[in-house]
Amino acid sequence: MINVAGLSKRYGTHLAVKDVNFNIEKGEVVGFLGPNGAGKSTIMNILTGYLSTTQGEVTIDGFNIVDYPEEAKRRIGYLPEIPPLYPDMKVREYLDFIYDLKKVKFPKKPHIDEILKLVKIDNVQNRLIKNLSKGYRQRVGFAGALIGNPDVLILDEPTVGLDPKQIIEIRNLIGRLGKNHTIILSSHILSEIQAVCKRVIIINRGEIIADDNSENLAQKLSDDSTLLARITGNETDMLSALKSIKNIKSVSSLGQMEIGSFDYIIEPEDGVDVRADIFDRVVSRGKKLLTLKDNKLSLEQIFLRLTEVENDKAKQLLKSDNGEITVVIEESEEE
Amino acid sequence: MSAIFKREFKSYFTTPVGYIVLAAFYFFLGLYFYMIFSSGSPQIGNVIIAMTTVTVFIMPILTMRLMSDDRRQKVDQVLLTAPVKIWSIVLGKFFAAFSVYALAFAPTVFFEIIILSKVTVSVLPYLYALLGILLLGGALIAMGMFISSLTESPAISAILSLIINVLVLYMSSFTSMITVPEGSTTFFGKIWEKIVSGFMLFLEKAAFISVSESFSETIFSVMDIIYFLSIIAIFVFLSVRSLEKRRWS
Repeated sequence: MINVAGLSKRYGTHLAVKDVNFNIEKGEVVGFLGPNGAGKSTIMNILTGYLSTTQGEVTIDGFNIVDYPEEAKRRIGYLPEIPPLYPDMKVREYLDFIYDLKKVKFPKKPHIDEILKLVKIDNVQNRLIKNLSKGYRQRVGFAGALIGNPDVLILDEPTVGLDPKQIIEIRNLIGRLGKNHTIILSSHILSEIQAVCKRVIIINRGEIIADDNSENLAQKLSDDSTLLARITGNETDMLSALKSIKNIKSVSSLGQMEIGSFDYIIEPEDGVDVRADIFDRVVSRGKKLLTLKDNKLSLEQIFLRLTEVENDKAKQLLKSDNGEITVVIEESEEE
Repeated sequence: MSAIFKREFKSYFTTPVGYIVLAAFYFFLGLYFYMIFSSGSPQIGNVIIAMTTVTVFIMPILTMRLMSDDRRQKVDQVLLTAPVKIWSIVLGKFFAAFSVYALAFAPTVFFEIIILSKVTVSVLPYLYALLGILLLGGALIAMGMFISSLTESPAISAILSLIINVLVLYMSSFTSMITVPEGSTTFFGKIWEKIVSGFMLFLEKAAFISVSESFSETIFSVMDIIYFLSIIAIFVFLSVRSLEKRRWS
């Protein structure tokens, strides 16, 4: 349905998008994940024909966006980051305008009525857009994207600035629409993407650093199961004591976090439960075990780390196993 | 095109802009009609042509938001990602502003009816003057629209348009500041003479005030009509290019 090959975009000397390639099949719901300024919006603006490419090709349902812009655009409903609304228009009036602009063939009144109900704005249809709250504006923009029932929906941060209730409503709506639409959704919040998308494309500094389904990605990123322990007493003694336990791969100290004790990251051999052994060893040395917990990193933290390091390193991180992620853990624990 | 035309035209009257512009036009029209008619002249054409100056000063208000506002409020995203051609967006906007402008001269129909009920005169000078002022307005709208497409700020757009409008209106008066070199004997001297005098002729003839005045005379001039029409065409084209260019930068 959506085909992107070798896409690059340069603003002056700044390369905003670097050689991006992906293919999205009909009916897929794909999340673009990346920090602000990663190039998500730029890619979306190119997909919808708002911006040109510097290099590369975009085809929507077989229609190249440069050669057949009208055919391609007809298949896309786009909700930009800032909903493109005329503040001096009423909601209904605006949707009528979008309907005329897109030259939609469905009967006008029932089509717009249906969309108003779908995004739950039928109660504000006669209000001026400038008097609406952010959440309502967002939904009016969403309604505009849905007009003409396009096959492809491109939603740029559709839940930004909404309250939690509205976020859930919009998510449910996207979930429902995902059954018979191809959807690209962008967000800088991972849980958001996980809630609605099967496939995740992580974008950072204009490059794709990961493209996988969300379970795989979660798996890859959180494979690692280390333990965090806080133990009283001398650091060097305890390090050697812990290292001598069977089935422990590595131990490193995080230093003194609480007076009179030190924190340690303990990495056991894969699949071995060493918690009881650690307890016994600490007790046998006459020290106290203050804390012992799973040090599984939240996906949020991993994502943050991934997008903060260099792209090449991030790609490596995704491929390699536990070794390097331990480094990641130490840094993020300090936050 | 019709969707954009309808929206833009309506927006002139959901904001005060349309009313202010029309009120200003009607005020001056009424004033000039009173002045010219009470001086004994039955020519509404003169009333209309007298509106040239007013048009030049009011037009920036009509065109300042035409393109700049879309960009400022990011609504250009909905226009440029809709399955429509860019020139139809531009033409829709042009005709919306033009229609408001044309409404400004609607009362002259009543003026003409009043005159015709009193004296027997030819309607042709009236129609010709009306055509002239509409073409002049069209040219100023196209120019203003292009300027508006260059900036995000309606205020900047208005000020720039005003400066340029005044320049094109009165550029004939700059000829008095230029002295044409005469009596040169060298080859290049003669060429320079030609260039300067040609430029002066251009300033004189191309100034909007000269062209619009020629519409108050009854001699029908195809050249003047083509002149304004080509200005409209050029600036509509430039506006399209300006929108397109934004995608590339």
